[in-house]
Amino acid sequence: MKSIIAEHLVKTYRDGEVKALDDLSLNVEEGTVLSVLGPNGAGKTTTVRILATLLKPDSGHASVAGIDVIKQPGKVRELIGLSGQYAAVDETLTGWDNLVMFGRLYHLGKSASIKRAEELLERFSLTESARRPIKTYSGGMRRRLDLAVSLIVQPKVLFLDEPTTGLDPRGRQEMWGVIQELVKGGVTILLTTQYLEEADQLADEIAVIDHGKVIARGTSDALKKQVGGERLEITVENADIAKTQEIVARISATATHTDIRTISAPVTTGSIALMDALRALDEAKIHPLDIGLKRPSLDDVFLSLTGHVAEEEVKA
Amino acid sequence: MKNAVTDALIITKRQLLQLARVPEVLIFSTIQPVMFVLLFRFVFGGSISTGQPGGYVQLLMPGIFVQTVAFTLAATASGLAEDMKKGLIDRFRSLPIARSALVVGRTLGDSLLNILVLVVMAAAGFAVGWRPTASVLSVFSAFVFLLLFGYALSWTGIYAGLAVRDARTVQNVSFLITFPMTFLSNAFAPTTGMPKALQYVAEWNPVSTMVAACRQLFGLENEFGATANSFPSQHPLTTSIFYMVLIMVIFIPLSVRKYKNSSN
Repeated sequence: MKSIIAEHLVKTYRDGEVKALDDLSLNVEEGTVLSVLGPNGAGKTTTVRILATLLKPDSGHASVAGIDVIKQPGKVRELIGLSGQYAAVDETLTGWDNLVMFGRLYHLGKSASIKRAEELLERFSLTESARRPIKTYSGGMRRRLDLAVSLIVQPKVLFLDEPTTGLDPRGRQEMWGVIQELVKGGVTILLTTQYLEEADQLADEIAVIDHGKVIARGTSDALKKQVGGERLEITVENADIAKTQEIVARISATATHTDIRTISAPVTTGSIALMDALRALDEAKIHPLDIGLKRPSLDDVFLSLTGHVAEEEVKA
Repeated sequence: MKNAVTDALIITKRQLLQLARVPEVLIFSTIQPVMFVLLFRFVFGGSISTGQPGGYVQLLMPGIFVQTVAFTLAATASGLAEDMKKGLIDRFRSLPIARSALVVGRTLGDSLLNILVLVVMAAAGFAVGWRPTASVLSVFSAFVFLLLFGYALSWTGIYAGLAVRDARTVQNVSFLITFPMTFLSNAFAPTTGMPKALQYVAEWNPVSTMVAACRQLFGLENEFGATANSFPSQHPLTTSIFYMVLIMVIFIPLSVRKYKNSSN
């Protein structure tokens, strides 16, 4: 059963001048995680907003848990949780205040709201800071609280719009742990991200979008194959470029790419390739300025899928 | 329907909680008008001659009340703009609650805040010699009247906050509008000193009609400048009611629509 279905969504801004979504279709199987991967302005947030009933598409259909988001937005709102890019909680209030207030807005009743607030604070390790205003929270704590709010009524479908953007590595790790726990609980999740690594960690399937369209879709492994896995990258002095190209070509057995003084090529053997390269460079008495293995980034995905890098665009 | 009311009240409670958590806001929103009372009463009051028994302060206080209520709209607007920017409005809109709850709740909260501030101002006025001479009922109805005016204005604040979306900008803009409006009126000085054309503007100004109406309800004879003999200066109560209804008829639907479409 598909929990989320979007069909031929079109959304334009400024009288059609800016096309945020251009015939976008996607679906998510119940109990799985789909990660929507794309650069700023690709249409990720617009997609989430339409599915979460915040925005009406110009045309197209969408349903969440079998309910039409355009015709019955009220019903959809009872079944979804939304956690946005910015921690959308009241910063002057405490964590406890926020959870109880939102619990009451979900019509839980006073004592049930308090009980649920305490459970969630405990679960997200926020009990100690429960009585402090959100203003004093770290970025990671704010996001956790924001996520806690979207889980008050145990939603069937959860939308996470760039849940880790702007977090430090530790905050990101914590957030991933929390999301992985949720996945075990069986909720269907649509998660948008700019980071391939994040999609890789959390998603069953990945949809890559660009210019408001899905341009590739598949498991993380499938996409990585398409991108070409790890790359060996060596930066050398101008005089050593030719020799280094030879060495890299020998190790990679695929076409090398030279960008000014950086020679790179896809490799399949990881650190072994790196050591081979070091040995060969040493023998040839070449001292690399920089050498390393590079994992495919969002840019690489875009480069290989679209031929252009993930450019920054005006956010819709 | 029952839910719509409870939802709105929860939003109102949120605003009260905010005040409880950051009481500075309340303190600052009362310090400014208290300062105005003292400045006008003791600095300018002496040089403004009135035939008013009880002195200038009798005329001043209704002006201060109206100004205080008008100034709270800046807080409404910046509060809404802040919620908008922080994504809180999106969160509220994704909840299974009535569309009207957030805006209605907010305006109710503003009214409660206005009650608090008016009580403080009345006490401050009393301390510097303000003594309304009308019946208790009449004085009470003046305050109800002020609250209704505040309620109508808070809808303009809601609309401005949702439309401008930047807390600081909208606060400055509201102030740039309300500040001259409260001074281009009969609130602090007689309109008779103004050029004739400006007198008409001042007398049609809703602030003036509100001030004149309150003065009437507090039992004052002298309405402080009605020389232009315009309709509003003759019928301040009627005109004020007309203005309040007009503001609400325009801004309630506008605000609700703006809120509904706030992400389009």
